Amino acid sequence: MAHVQAKSDRIGAARWRLLKITNRQREAMVGYLFLSPWLLGFLIFLVGPMVASIYLSLTEYKVIKAPVWIGLANYVRMFSDELFYHSMQVTVTYTALSVPLGIVAALGVAVLLNQRIVASGLFRTIFYLPSVISGVAVAIVFAWIFNFRFGILNYFLSLVGIPGPNWLGHPRWTLWAFVLMSLWGIGGNVIIFLAALQGVPVPLYEAAKIDGAGNWRRFWAITLPMISPAILFVLIMGVIGTFQTFTQSYVMTGGGPANATLFYLFYLYKNAFNWFEMGYASAMAWVLFLVIMVCTLLLWRSSARWVYYESGAEGGR
Amino acid sequence: MATAFAHPRKRSWQHIASETIRQLIVYTLLLVLGIAIMLPLLWTLSSSLKPAGAGTRFPPEFIPKVFVWDNYPHVFRMIPFMTFFRNSVIVSSLAVLGELLSASLVAFSFARLRFPGRNFLFLLVLATMMIPYPVTMVPTFIMFKMLHMVGSFLPLVLPPYFGPAFSIFLLRQFFATINLELDEAAKVDGAGEFLIYSRIVLPLSKPVLATVAIFSFMANWNDFLNPLIYLGDSNMYTLALGVNFLRSFRGGGDLPLQMAASVMFIAPCVLLFIIAQRSIVMGIVTTGIKG
Repeated sequence: MAHVQAKSDRIGAARWRLLKITNRQREAMVGYLFLSPWLLGFLIFLVGPMVASIYLSLTEYKVIKAPVWIGLANYVRMFSDELFYHSMQVTVTYTALSVPLGIVAALGVAVLLNQRIVASGLFRTIFYLPSVISGVAVAIVFAWIFNFRFGILNYFLSLVGIPGPNWLGHPRWTLWAFVLMSLWGIGGNVIIFLAALQGVPVPLYEAAKIDGAGNWRRFWAITLPMISPAILFVLIMGVIGTFQTFTQSYVMTGGGPANATLFYLFYLYKNAFNWFEMGYASAMAWVLFLVIMVCTLLLWRSSARWVYYESGAEGGR
Repeated sequence: MATAFAHPRKRSWQHIASETIRQLIVYTLLLVLGIAIMLPLLWTLSSSLKPAGAGTRFPPEFIPKVFVWDNYPHVFRMIPFMTFFRNSVIVSSLAVLGELLSASLVAFSFARLRFPGRNFLFLLVLATMMIPYPVTMVPTFIMFKMLHMVGSFLPLVLPPYFGPAFSIFLLRQFFATINLELDEAAKVDGAGEFLIYSRIVLPLSKPVLATVAIFSFMANWNDFLNPLIYLGDSNMYTLALGVNFLRSFRGGGDLPLQMAASVMFIAPCVLLFIIAQRSIVMGIVTTGIKG
């Protein structure tokens, strides 16, 4: 390889000296040209809509007539909109339940898969399989599984003598049903954690073992710190994702019973596409954006305390 | 193992015993959890072969006494399944094509060309991944409405042609690992950037291109919210909408039909996963660890 480099240097030397600047400029121009699909998309599908969204959030816009400037009225309206509070509460509760539980479950499964076992590939396949299945299909299938009278979940519960609750029919239980369902799709995180676990240097464990550290101690003192960057990643992506829960509630419960599964995005969707309150929906979208940003920043800031970066410089990239 | 050597006589049988118990616990847990994970899928499959009315029978049957294969053709008679299937194939394949073309070109630029602001722009790409879709959902809809594209596949198919961030990131990480001297050698031979991109980098990147294609296909095949927003006419429905649509029909509320439709809907993704598991795992690990 070195001789190729040398050859290129020799041949190009004269030309480079003459055209050094233009050559660079040419490469930069080609670079921007190749970048142009993304640059265009960035402007058309991100910056443009975001600017438009700010504007729309300050208007009343019901599609049939031109937007009417109403200042901050949409934002003020949210303060007195009970369903706004309610849908935010549903979403935050669901996020606070499903994300941590999902992480603990995924980590547990990953630790199991990381033991020296036969057929670990097969188990990995099994745990990941649900992740390739669409939200609609999952929702339809689980709507039957959670069926109060005929569902298999309550059938299994009845076998061990527990009277199964009305999962999707009683406001007290619906969110729990959604959390259970979300645990079915932890496969992607299992794979991330498994890769992180396999990246922990074995000598660390051996050194700890010689020092007399037991299994638990090793897990808390070595494994968790070493994989904490992966945990932070899964945590942040999980929060961003669950704040946008939509399909499950649209398909399974239609937001019910008694709005128990009226997720924020579902309520936003209803405002925008059922009631054509485009201005109000835009304002709601910005509030969602702010909430997600604040959560992400808080997690990011807190990570200094609990995330361990081996080389310091490699953090987060 | 170090300890086993240190106290060969005292520890060995204890070690073996505790190791066996540990293995037993690990396997039992994995088996129980594995069955719990597989159960909904197996139940879906078995329910798709049950007789009509099986959804309202208690206790539920796990293996039907008689396999009612007719549930599958019945789905075709109730909804225009082939139309939905075709729509999904059109949307997904056009989206995959666009994502591969645009993301690979952009990623090539980020990984192998030098220009001012490259690092900043790449950070910007990463930052856009954090922006929740609902923020742009409403204005984007209004834009497509003004362009008279609502009701067509275009709002679903066009955005992937403008460099989706996730795929750019995935491809850039891979492209950056390909030896830069290959580019230099090609330049000496008079090859331009596009030739290097199409003749050197792309052919060497088939595995990661496959990963991007699979992720893109699955995301588009499974997408529910966008088709729901943009497709009004049921003849344009993708399968994701169609499967849900089935439930609104008289008799479509029955378990076996819904499960038969679900099985046919998820089959392409499951098959793809079984064939290309390696590519998928690689993609997740890249984003999760290096991300």
